[in-house]
Amino acid sequence: MAEQGKVDPMHQFMIEPLFGTDQWTIAGHNIAFTNSALWMLISVGVLFAFVAGGAKGQTVPGRWQVMVEGLVGFIDNLLAANVGPKGKKYVPYIFSLFSFILFSNVLGLLPLGLFGIHPFTATSHFTVTGVLAILSFSIVLIVGFARHGLHFFSLFVPHGTPAWLLWLIPFIELISFLVRPFSLALRLFVAMMAGHVLLEVLSSFVISSANSGVLWGAVVGLPSFGLMIAICALEILVAGIQAYVFALLTSLYLNDAENLH
Amino acid sequence: MPQIAQLSATYASQIFWALIFFGFVFFVVGRGFVPKVQATVANRDKQIADDLAAAEAARRAAEAEEANWAATSNKQRAEAQALIAKAKAEGTKASEARLAQAASVIDARMAEADARLATARAQALTEIETVASEAASDIVARLAGLSVEGDAARAAVKEVLHG
Repeated sequence: MAEQGKVDPMHQFMIEPLFGTDQWTIAGHNIAFTNSALWMLISVGVLFAFVAGGAKGQTVPGRWQVMVEGLVGFIDNLLAANVGPKGKKYVPYIFSLFSFILFSNVLGLLPLGLFGIHPFTATSHFTVTGVLAILSFSIVLIVGFARHGLHFFSLFVPHGTPAWLLWLIPFIELISFLVRPFSLALRLFVAMMAGHVLLEVLSSFVISSANSGVLWGAVVGLPSFGLMIAICALEILVAGIQAYVFALLTSLYLNDAENLH
Repeated sequence: MPQIAQLSATYASQIFWALIFFGFVFFVVGRGFVPKVQATVANRDKQIADDLAAAEAARRAAEAEEANWAATSNKQRAEAQALIAKAKAEGTKASEARLAQAASVIDARMAEADARLATARAQALTEIETVASEAASDIVARLAGLSVEGDAARAAVKEVLHG
């Protein structure tokens, strides 16, 4: 906010180095600890506290333990439904993926700006979502080739492909396969960014209209504020859904790699 | 869009810290806590299944016990019924025997009485014949002045009496 009533909707995505700007480098690449890293750390800390608090292993669980067991059971069921019994070993990975994204998304939505703290949604940067997407894609490739060898390429010829289409279908399948890491990363990044930009734009409407007088504040500001509240609810939903979609798609891709056709 | 504008300046830091923190989540939370939580849930499910199986076994045992008891009690009831029926039959037989005995005594007495009655009647009849024949011979003697032989009078009276 450079001047009164002027909101830059993109400002919230600015990465600001906090410390280590000059001295921390790996092979010449600067790895400064930024606000993005800080909010990832906060997400990880909250996630760790949440899971550690619920991993008491009591036979008769408390509320907290039920929540953690519910989350683990949710991922467990997801993999059991999409991959089958072989999916059991991916529960730690999918759980980490889902909960890391979920906590980053939700913590980035907290209205902490009211207290002067500006939350940063690490998952609104494709550099972060890209890391997760490439990890998932690499695991799919490694598992697929380790389990099926070169036979894994038959993934590009789906069941029931007519012989006269064999020149086209594998090409389309290959493209759709190669697009997977990009679609995974971009979907999450775009969904997070769009919601935050929308909220920021609406808030700028509220501020500008209220500054221009009572009439404009009532005509433009109040409806915008109502819309903001509704979109906040939607964004909480999106935060959960995007984490779920990322985990679900990864498990579907893992299913391709584990149970080829 | 800072994501692109700052890309060249921040990509190394972003990737590095994302890997560090996601790695921490994966190795500490995913590999550390999640299997523990899964084991807890599996343990609980197993215990519940075991308890249910034990309860089911106990129920089956109780049902078998009850069936056993019912069979025993049915058997004992049947034995008791048989005993009662036997006693009843024996009682009936004994009372029938005594009734038969009493009846035969009564029959004998009745027969004896009948015989006595018949004898008395026969005696009475002969006496009546004698008296009638004597009276008839007297009447004949007085009215006709005939003397009839005793035997002839007796035969005539007999003929009238017996038709």
